[in-house]
Amino acid sequence: MGRRGAVGSNVLRKDGAGKVNGRALYLDDLSFPGMLHARTIRSTIPAGTITRVTPRVATREFIVVDHRDIPGRNVVALIDDDQPCLAEKRIRHVAEPILVLAHEDRETLLGATVDIEYRQTTPNYDPLRSDVTFKQIAIDKGHVADGFARADLIVDGEYRTRHQEQLYIEPNGVIAVPDGHGGVIVYGSLQCPYYVHRALKVLLGLPDERVRVIQTETGGGFGGKEEYPSMIAGHAALAAIKSGRPVKLVYDRVEDMLATTKRHPSIVRHRTGVTKDGRLTAIEIDATFDGGAYATLSAVVLSRGLIHASGPYRCDHVKIRGRATMTNTPPNGAFRGFGAPQTQFAAEVHMDRIADALGIDPVRLRELNAFRPGDITATGQTLGKDCSALTVLREAVKRTDFRKRRKALKGTGRGIGLALFFHGSGFTGSGEVKLASRATLQLTERGARILVGSTEIGQGTRTMLAQIVADTLGVSYDAVDVNDADTGVVPDSGPTVASRTCLIVGRLLQRAAAEMRERLGDLSPSQYLKKHGPLVVTTQYEKPEKVSWDDTTYRGDAYESYGWGCDVAEVQIDPVTSQAIPVAFTTVHEIGRAIHPGLARGQIEGGSAQGIGWALLEEVVIRDGRMVNSSLTNYIIPTTLDTPPIEVQIVDNPYPQGPFGAKGVGEMPIDGPAPAIINAIRHAGVDIREIPASPERIQACASR
Amino acid sequence: MRFTLNGKRTRVDVHPLARLLDVLREELHLTGTKEGCGEGECGACTVLIDGHPVNACLVPAAHAEGAEVTTIEGLRAHPLQHAFVEHGGAQCGICTPGMILAAVALGPKPSRKAMQAGLAGNLCRCTGYSAIYRSIEKARPARKRKRR
Amino acid sequence: MPVTIRHRALLSPRSLKDALRLRHEEPDAMPLAGCTDIYVALNFGTLPARGFLNLWTLDALRGIDVLDGVVRIGALTTYTALIQSPIVARHLPMLVAASREVGGPQIQHRGTIGGNVANASPAGDTLPVLAVAQAVVELHSVRGLRLVPFTDFYTGYRTSAAAPDELIVALHVPTPQGRQWFRKVGTRAAQAISKIVIAGVGGRQPRIAFGSVAPTVVRLPQTERVLASGGTILEAQQQMQSEISPIDDVRSTAAYRRQVAANLLDEFWRATGPGSARAARGR
Ligand SMILES: Cc1cc2nc3c(=O)[nH]c(=O)nc-3n(C[C@H](O)[C@H](O)[C@H](O)COP(=O)(O)OP(=O)(O)OC[C@H]3O[C@@H](n4cnc5c(N)ncnc54)[C@H](O)[C@@H]3O)c2cc1C
Ligand code: FES
Ligand code: FES
Repeated sequence: MGRRGAVGSNVLRKDGAGKVNGRALYLDDLSFPGMLHARTIRSTIPAGTITRVTPRVATREFIVVDHRDIPGRNVVALIDDDQPCLAEKRIRHVAEPILVLAHEDRETLLGATVDIEYRQTTPNYDPLRSDVTFKQIAIDKGHVADGFARADLIVDGEYRTRHQEQLYIEPNGVIAVPDGHGGVIVYGSLQCPYYVHRALKVLLGLPDERVRVIQTETGGGFGGKEEYPSMIAGHAALAAIKSGRPVKLVYDRVEDMLATTKRHPSIVRHRTGVTKDGRLTAIEIDATFDGGAYATLSAVVLSRGLIHASGPYRCDHVKIRGRATMTNTPPNGAFRGFGAPQTQFAAEVHMDRIADALGIDPVRLRELNAFRPGDITATGQTLGKDCSALTVLREAVKRTDFRKRRKALKGTGRGIGLALFFHGSGFTGSGEVKLASRATLQLTERGARILVGSTEIGQGTRTMLAQIVADTLGVSYDAVDVNDADTGVVPDSGPTVASRTCLIVGRLLQRAAAEMRERLGDLSPSQYLKKHGPLVVTTQYEKPEKVSWDDTTYRGDAYESYGWGCDVAEVQIDPVTSQAIPVAFTTVHEIGRAIHPGLARGQIEGGSAQGIGWALLEEVVIRDGRMVNSSLTNYIIPTTLDTPPIEVQIVDNPYPQGPFGAKGVGEMPIDGPAPAIINAIRHAGVDIREIPASPERIQACASR
Repeated sequence: MRFTLNGKRTRVDVHPLARLLDVLREELHLTGTKEGCGEGECGACTVLIDGHPVNACLVPAAHAEGAEVTTIEGLRAHPLQHAFVEHGGAQCGICTPGMILAAVALGPKPSRKAMQAGLAGNLCRCTGYSAIYRSIEKARPARKRKRR
Repeated sequence: MPVTIRHRALLSPRSLKDALRLRHEEPDAMPLAGCTDIYVALNFGTLPARGFLNLWTLDALRGIDVLDGVVRIGALTTYTALIQSPIVARHLPMLVAASREVGGPQIQHRGTIGGNVANASPAGDTLPVLAVAQAVVELHSVRGLRLVPFTDFYTGYRTSAAAPDELIVALHVPTPQGRQWFRKVGTRAAQAISKIVIAGVGGRQPRIAFGSVAPTVVRLPQTERVLASGGTILEAQQQMQSEISPIDDVRSTAAYRRQVAANLLDEFWRATGPGSARAARGR
């Protein structure tokens, strides 16, 4: 290629300038002539039925929307379609939307009241005692009974994780604008424009072309803007259609925390057979995820959770059972990691307990059992050369001088712990085949324009995709533009989730760019345009040949490829306050190859910090089904002073089928911090098996 | 109210109790100042008043009377701005205007410790802060910056 | 969220005298200092006040000076000003320590000590400091000036001895004899509300106060007496439990607060009690 390519270098991010000079427009920065503001009226009870709704507003001034205003089906269309957009009678959780009010003056809107009477029923908050199971999954490999028969020792354990709020700093918001032909244009802070597009078509009973969804600059998502924007967009769209005017619906922080999705709480039980010298002979796992009041994405969160539940370890006999059940709390949903952080937390804390039970070093235990290329996973997938579990483990141990440190710290009130983990790139199982994503490349005077439904939410989508296209097409990075994620223009590239954008959409664009390059021949873009006219190339997902999956038996290649990581955390336990202070954190990641090392590092640092928050600080306090700490004052995320220095090492192992060797990176960083920290706390002398490891819990554990 | 906004004398007719944040965003259409919480916790609304970082969501218009207010729009090619792009200090960007203004108030070449203390009132959920420190450490005056 | 302000009014006095007159005429108008508590309440929609009285422009409420070992701190003094004041650093290092741990820089630039006192939250971080320093609150009204000992200032949960027409104008803080001690245990390392906070003055006649363990900040006179009379730390810790009454809330638990209060007492006494250095060396 001659000149230095964009891939592998830290080019300036496409959206950087607007973000540092204040000109980038986020949803709340937009305004339309004649725009109304909307507000959602929500249930105040966790379970029961609505008996009467009385808006205390001047009806001529206000737009009041309820379920009777829904022209299509009253559902937030996703997987099971069990969640109403506006409750009719049944209430299943606190903060369930019942009415939408709109008015042009925000103060008047805020002053409006609605009386709602209910008949209450008994709520259930215990996922283990639920009557409703949204999804059950069984994964079997070999026969655990045989495995246990071969074991010298059996170790049991139960591990719990709780809700976590995504806490993007920009709260959710949308603006719906009537298109003048009975349809709507929706602007929003969101991750998946085509999810919203589909949900609105179902809700409003409209054809494809009457719904247009445009992503605005999005101030963080982390999964929290994956499915929930479909709900908000529905509310704003209904009000826009009823009023014939643009309607803005922006949540304040309290509402955003009270009503929107969180990470699924989990209860995971392990029973593991192991030989004296530390080989795993049988793994039996039972996991329950608290789905909250509606199914939303629980089925797929559970699926990813269970596939990662036995950790990156070889074992001939594995039995995994899991379910997501209903409770009367707001629905839980997508959050970076999508079930895998919960189950790998359990797996990795359990590994350290096995090591303790055997009296062997936790590194040795993992070295013995870590997946190698050629090993077979719980679902029967044979791992290829892209398996780097041992590499990352050894690198992390070496960089932190783990064994020596562990000895040195014994009995000092400090502890050091590690966690080994993996994360599948892309949708689970046959998900990518069903999605059949598309990506489009359009030739421009200077280069090309990318048209994809994938969204930039801070992770660097625009930049990374442009790098792939630039180098494949043989033009400079600056000559590649990225279109807004606007369903009126871009094809459906699938949702921006599941660490899939680089691997799946990046590869689609790489193919499109390669084809475009061939068509160009010796011509420059502008020469080509002059001579032949416009050139547009669209590619669609093609399943790599070797990948196969059976949804009914849950066997096969769960993911095309996995990333690998190992975290080492050091904590200091304050004897006076029982606070566990993270003092050092090292993480080693193998993600194939980093298209943009700076962005990849940013993902790893940010994900690690979020994981550290989950491990130590972040707790959703729920009383009577209601989050009682729904403010930034009381839901505690790490500040600068709570975040340790994070050492990042990225190990290269280019994945031949990935674009320029890349796999996914977005989610994996949050899998490791919690178990690494809990293992460090264990090493410092406190056997805690639940997060967050708040000082209150540590103290209670220590005094037991 | 009358005040100096980004170096320009400004007069705007607002309720004296209006939040400075709303005055800037809604009356003066300077939307670079963001709202992440409205409760003084996140720092996304940070502006400088007489050179000091404050949360615009907690300042009534009456308290900015006669003051010198600097918002992100008032920085013109400040070395920190380019550094935040180059070194990963901005990801989703919603915390960035407030973060940059809080960093401006730290003065040149702050130590790690000074950065941690000085930015403790600015929450960032994307970066884990490391890249923000790197951006500040590497910010150089525009003249000396090498072109890439 | 856009806060509702249209039906609220702001009174803007030009002088302290003017302010006292307005306070007298409209006692329901809420004094407005740095607004770091008031605007949070406004944001959450939990503030009923319709009128406000702007103190921010009253320079008579600013300034720090010292006379005969008593530091006089104007009510509008911000945390930043406290941190930067050489007088406070010399006489009241525990107040500097407390101020450094309030919120973050943005809050420190606006929040005032008068607001902290008037707000009367049991978690206010300067309150234990003022309690152990035996501060006096200087209150003004059209009726004149009144000096109220800080330890008599609070009458219950978020209620105080200040009359509806009074303003806090200053705090008089005598320099304590003995080593000053402050420690905050917050929900996180910055931008944190105290789960428990202690200030103490060491020596033979120790003084100890806790925040966030009772409806108001509390001095521990009986515990102090146990220590002063040569009791063991264990005895003092036991005594202390009867002088505090922590609760479970969204931030912590009563059990945790009791245990940590005992630990903090121990830590305080090891560091500042008579023979503390020897005790520390012996361990
Ligand atoms: C993000 C954040 C973090 C915080 N962190 C802390 C912390 O760590 N520790 C802590 O203690 N506090 C903290 N606070 C609370 C607050 O900052 C302090 O209580 C501050 O001292 C209040 O002062 P102010 O001047 O802002 O008071 P304002 O909000 O202006 O007023 C508070 C109350 O005091 C009254 N008042 C004020 N001045 C007078 C006066 N002179 N005479 C009579 N009444 C008066 C007002 O009428 C009002 O009732 C935090 C607040 C926020 C938003
Ligand atoms: S919006 Fe002002 S601090 Fe969050
Ligand atoms: S860059 Fe997203 S919150 Fe800081």
